[in-house]
Amino acid sequence: MNSGGEALREPWESLRRQREAAGFGMWLFLNSEALLFGALIAAFFATRFYHPQAFEAAGKEAEIVYGTVNTLVLLTSSLTMAVASFATRAELRRVSFWSLGLTLALGLVFLGLKIMEWRSDLEKGMVPGPGFPMEQPGAVLFWGFYWALTPLHALHLIGGLSTVGFLTWQAARGARPLRSPAFEAAGLYWHLIDVVWIFLYPLIYLQGRASS
Amino acid sequence: MSDLAARRVRPAEAPAEPWHDNYLTAEQGILSWLTTTDHKRIALLYMASLLAFFIIGGFAAVMMRLELFTPAQDVMTADAYNRMFTLHGTVMVWFFLVPSIPNTLGNFLLPLMIGARDLAFPRVNLASWYLFNGAGLLLLLSLLLGGVDTGWTFYTPFSTMFSNGYVLLAALAVVLVGFSSIMTGLNFIATVHLLRAPGMYWFRLPLLVWAIYATSIVIVLATPVLTASLLLIVAERGFGLPVFDPAHGGDPLLFQHLFWFYSHPAVYIMILPSFGVISEIVTCFARRRIFGYTFMIYAILWIAVIGFLVWGHHMFVSGQSLFASLVFSFLSFVIAVPSAIKVFNWSFTLYRGQITFEAPMLYALGFIGLFTLGGLTGLFLASVPIDIHVTDTYFVVAHFHFIMVGGAVTALYGGLSFWWPKITGRLYPEGWARFAAVLMFFGFIFTFFPMFIMGYAGMPRRYGAYPPEFQIWHVMSSSGAVLLAAAYLLPMGYLTLSLFRGARATDDPWAATGLEWRTSSPPPRHNFRRMPVVDEGPYLYHPESEGPHHTEREPHENQGRGA
Repeated sequence: MNSGGEALREPWESLRRQREAAGFGMWLFLNSEALLFGALIAAFFATRFYHPQAFEAAGKEAEIVYGTVNTLVLLTSSLTMAVASFATRAELRRVSFWSLGLTLALGLVFLGLKIMEWRSDLEKGMVPGPGFPMEQPGAVLFWGFYWALTPLHALHLIGGLSTVGFLTWQAARGARPLRSPAFEAAGLYWHLIDVVWIFLYPLIYLQGRASS
Repeated sequence: MSDLAARRVRPAEAPAEPWHDNYLTAEQGILSWLTTTDHKRIALLYMASLLAFFIIGGFAAVMMRLELFTPAQDVMTADAYNRMFTLHGTVMVWFFLVPSIPNTLGNFLLPLMIGARDLAFPRVNLASWYLFNGAGLLLLLSLLLGGVDTGWTFYTPFSTMFSNGYVLLAALAVVLVGFSSIMTGLNFIATVHLLRAPGMYWFRLPLLVWAIYATSIVIVLATPVLTASLLLIVAERGFGLPVFDPAHGGDPLLFQHLFWFYSHPAVYIMILPSFGVISEIVTCFARRRIFGYTFMIYAILWIAVIGFLVWGHHMFVSGQSLFASLVFSFLSFVIAVPSAIKVFNWSFTLYRGQITFEAPMLYALGFIGLFTLGGLTGLFLASVPIDIHVTDTYFVVAHFHFIMVGGAVTALYGGLSFWWPKITGRLYPEGWARFAAVLMFFGFIFTFFPMFIMGYAGMPRRYGAYPPEFQIWHVMSSSGAVLLAAAYLLPMGYLTLSLFRGARATDDPWAATGLEWRTSSPPPRHNFRRMPVVDEGPYLYHPESEGPHHTEREPHENQGRGA
């Protein structure tokens, strides 16, 4: 009970062990998340296998500018989150809050751009259902996956934003010591959101443009 | 009793002193239960929830058996019958069988058996219980609004385009309960990795711990795929996004692939923990070391891995390529090997043991028989030609009920009897318990064996009306179900009664070796007064390579010391 202070929780006897557990537990959860997105991406691939041309044509309609800028934004937020993980562990107060704040801001920028992208998709009528502009059979399936995958990813980002936001708020109030292992665990989760996007980006924006 | 029989393990009764400090009395009041992070209390909370769902699912089964008593569709409409078997399947699979042993016995015993004070993430454990109940309420809501008629498998395109039940609510409930199982699973894995007592090496873990560990890995890796497939159903049905819709070029079989990628491993999620329970009981009441301890572990892990590679055997008639079917068929035979290893090893553990027939042992022996039958008929179904003959018949229904009900539920009752003194500090009435165990075995066979015969003769599943030549089998089955229901209800009665009237249990009423018996019954809030240290493997019931062969009980060695 001496080394950890208030960061230490039941049933752990040292903060080092508790930190190990938080990381390990989060990695297990990430495995689970990887299979969730893995299954969806596999379904995307399987369906694309039946309709390669239609998927390419449909992919050309995806907004690559938004997608690319968002990729850069999200990768940068992962960098700031990584800095935050180390800074909190080293109890560098100023760096911690700056990097956590930047992470939150970049996450919000991603969401904002995403919403603008969705609005532009809607204006083009890229919604499955009556009035869908593309003739090719199968093109509508691409957009079916698009509207299933990108909101699910955004939902995960909102989860990440709430977690990091909540932890930062607790730390700012002094209710959570900076060396709490929760920051590192939240960081791991944040990187997963990034990694998933790295798979979604080529699937959505690049696969239609690669061959022509 | 002849000279050959060993003396019974008569559980010693403790004097009725005032209880010392234990987890049940540590805090008082309903709020202390609802906010507890004690794994033992959460196990009891789960028991209460699971009991409710077991009764709901059982009610649906009773309604089905009632309808099937006569060939005509007379008790309920065909539509209501569809909703009944969907309710039965959904509730029993996700709200009873998957969490049954891990979340009750596992939650209670895992930290005790490895010498830990609690699970790695106590608050996650409590959160998983709330999530479980939330999901359960959603499912009940869908039931009260009118139910779902898709069957527990939610096959597309019926579930996405034609079904007029509350599919979205039910699918959402299953997604949420999946998260609850993932939370429990990762908690168990982290606990086994990080909180073992000093000296409790991996190859000294009791087999129940290994079984729950392997189950948890399967839960963590398979459940998200179910979530994915159900989310796609929600997307298609709720938001009109075509994913599986063949009219737009989608592939309905894709759903089946994703669904069975979870749901076949789910079968092992349901049965693996019972393997662990049976290993604990058989060794204790045969007073023998487990035969082939390391092979039992490899068998568990083997099943956990290969379980991911056999899902295609649910799709032999779906039109998948014959080559794929043959590969899946071969792998399904491969996965039968470790299950057979386990049955052989239990049998060899019994060989030359000092067997006594207490109630947990009766359940365990019943389990071995029923599981063997269920497993062997599984091989019938793994062969493509026979499977094509019996697809969607009562043969399949009988097969998986032998594993799920004859196996998993029997093991749950066996385990509950075995650890009842540890959980409550009271002994259950032995006579009643033995009667219930035997009744469960006969009731089960009486209910489900006729299904093999009528299924082979061509009786299809999921119909409320049937040709009159099958009536004799259905009458047998429905009559057996009455016995089975009695055998399930009986323990609920005498176990509850034992809470008030039961004799006091000592710390170790069965003279068993595990760490969970090295603390008081019921255990204190933090499990052990002094943390145990381990320097031996489990199940040291007799000296190595030597079987007891006389009427005197062999001395046994406990796994932990210093507790």
